[in-house]
Amino acid sequence: MAVPKICGIETEFGIAHTGTEDANPIAASSLLINSYLSEVERTGEGGPAAGVSWDFEDEMPGNDIRGIAPLGSLAPEIDTHLVNAVLTNGARYYVDHAHPELSTPECSNALDITRYDKAAELILLRSMEAAAQLLPRGQELVVYKNNSDGKGNSYGCHENYLMARTTPFSLIVVHATAHLVTRQIFTGSGKVGSEAPGLTTAEVPFQITQRADFFEEEVGLETTLKRPIINTRDEPHADARLYRRLHIIAGDANMSEVATFLKVGTTAIVLAMVEDNVLPREFRFQTPVQAMRQVSYDLSLAKPLELTDGTSATALEIQWDLLDQARKYADSHGLDAVGGPVGQMVIDRWEQVLAGLEADPMGLARQLDWVAKYRLIQGLAQRHGLRPDDARMAALDLQYHDLRPERSVAARVGLETLVSPGEARRAISEPPADTRAYFRGQCLKRWASSIVAANWDSIVFDVGDEPLRRVPMMEPARGTLDHVGQLLAECESAAELLNRLRDPSSR
Amino acid sequence: MAEREQIKKPAPQREESAYEESPAIPGQGEELKAELDELLDEIDEVLESNAEDFVKSYIQKGGQ
Repeated sequence: MAVPKICGIETEFGIAHTGTEDANPIAASSLLINSYLSEVERTGEGGPAAGVSWDFEDEMPGNDIRGIAPLGSLAPEIDTHLVNAVLTNGARYYVDHAHPELSTPECSNALDITRYDKAAELILLRSMEAAAQLLPRGQELVVYKNNSDGKGNSYGCHENYLMARTTPFSLIVVHATAHLVTRQIFTGSGKVGSEAPGLTTAEVPFQITQRADFFEEEVGLETTLKRPIINTRDEPHADARLYRRLHIIAGDANMSEVATFLKVGTTAIVLAMVEDNVLPREFRFQTPVQAMRQVSYDLSLAKPLELTDGTSATALEIQWDLLDQARKYADSHGLDAVGGPVGQMVIDRWEQVLAGLEADPMGLARQLDWVAKYRLIQGLAQRHGLRPDDARMAALDLQYHDLRPERSVAARVGLETLVSPGEARRAISEPPADTRAYFRGQCLKRWASSIVAANWDSIVFDVGDEPLRRVPMMEPARGTLDHVGQLLAECESAAELLNRLRDPSSR
Repeated sequence: MAEREQIKKPAPQREESAYEESPAIPGQGEELKAELDELLDEIDEVLESNAEDFVKSYIQKGGQ
């Protein structure tokens, strides 16, 4: 059986510092996050983990799943000197590559991911508000949840999925590529124009995704240059003998909760099916990188993609086939690996959206970002007689992703929600109950002053009278409420927790 | 089960390469049009007043 598809999303946000001539994105990102951490410390809400910094002990983003990185490939670098905090909901909030970045806590299903992705938006919004208190009048930090500045610079929204180490990587490559290329028809956030070399807005007035323009390789280690459809970073943040973490860099950041839910939900199911080796047909594209762009540029959803076996299929047809396999998989294997009932919700919603795309994509303007945006872009163009390259089109595109409620376009189009405002607010400070994020979050909530650092797979405690103690959390599905809830409730102090963890007989 | 059979798609095995270019997306009903008009009124108000400067000044460093 497939291992639980524990997953997380890392979003790099766009940031603008308005009202000043000498804006610096790294300084702006640092100010944004530090403002939030100070605010949290001051109000005691969502804290008090503000003083706990990230532990870089096991960061090895240069490790390649294929064993040895090809000569000349560029391993990602880590900035260890910039602000880097762990939040009590189990998330990581930090400055990366001149962007504020938030990684959700580990979640066991697509609905939880959607909730924590929404909480991330609220955290960024609170950060902007906190920064506004510190900045001179007339200045503001503005955050955008998108993936491109429209000038050829892209920043990512990455997904991570727990995979069994025993699953052959070549099998993952084939099926994940088929899914990543074709899922764009519902995961895309839409974009005015193209940033691919040699293409103009005249040729591509509007496309389905933000990211497709930026992929140049099929498989590789890079994330910032020559981006590959399948990333080979081998940094499991878990027991490396049992697991790998599939790091997916080919998705868009979504404003629509339905899109986020389907992006992660369908991918988790496809990966579970790969792991249980139930997919009968391999869809191998003749040119995967071109296929990715072709899908993104084809608003008719009708152009077939050429396959290596001489046949062809549209993105919709491949998605229908994957959905069909998912239904059979639910019957034969169950959906425990992807959140049980939430997995079934994913399948139902998947079907609804594919049927909608087939009938009339514009009918999904409340579910899918690209459709919502395209409808507005067309409407604006008609109303004012605008050409595709008019700045107002690009402005609307950009402002769709503005996280300020008073400016956000996405907040005005009536997108369907899956998470209530109260659930999203609680997720700002409460960790999910059914992954190791629960242990991380609860320890930070209660004993932040005894914790010197934390990361995905360990927490380092300092209880004063003994050397620093690292508590490993190499099993992402342990450390849950069921597993450690009682233990944590019984412990008065971090020292007592460490004693009980050291001596299992006392647990 | 019957319902499931109904929406089941045939295995995607297109052989023919000729297909219609159909970028046009079907039109919308009157009700949707009115709603879109209202939405566009709101967008006109909320959109940054100097679109050109706004777009030009939004420059990001490349990330991941």
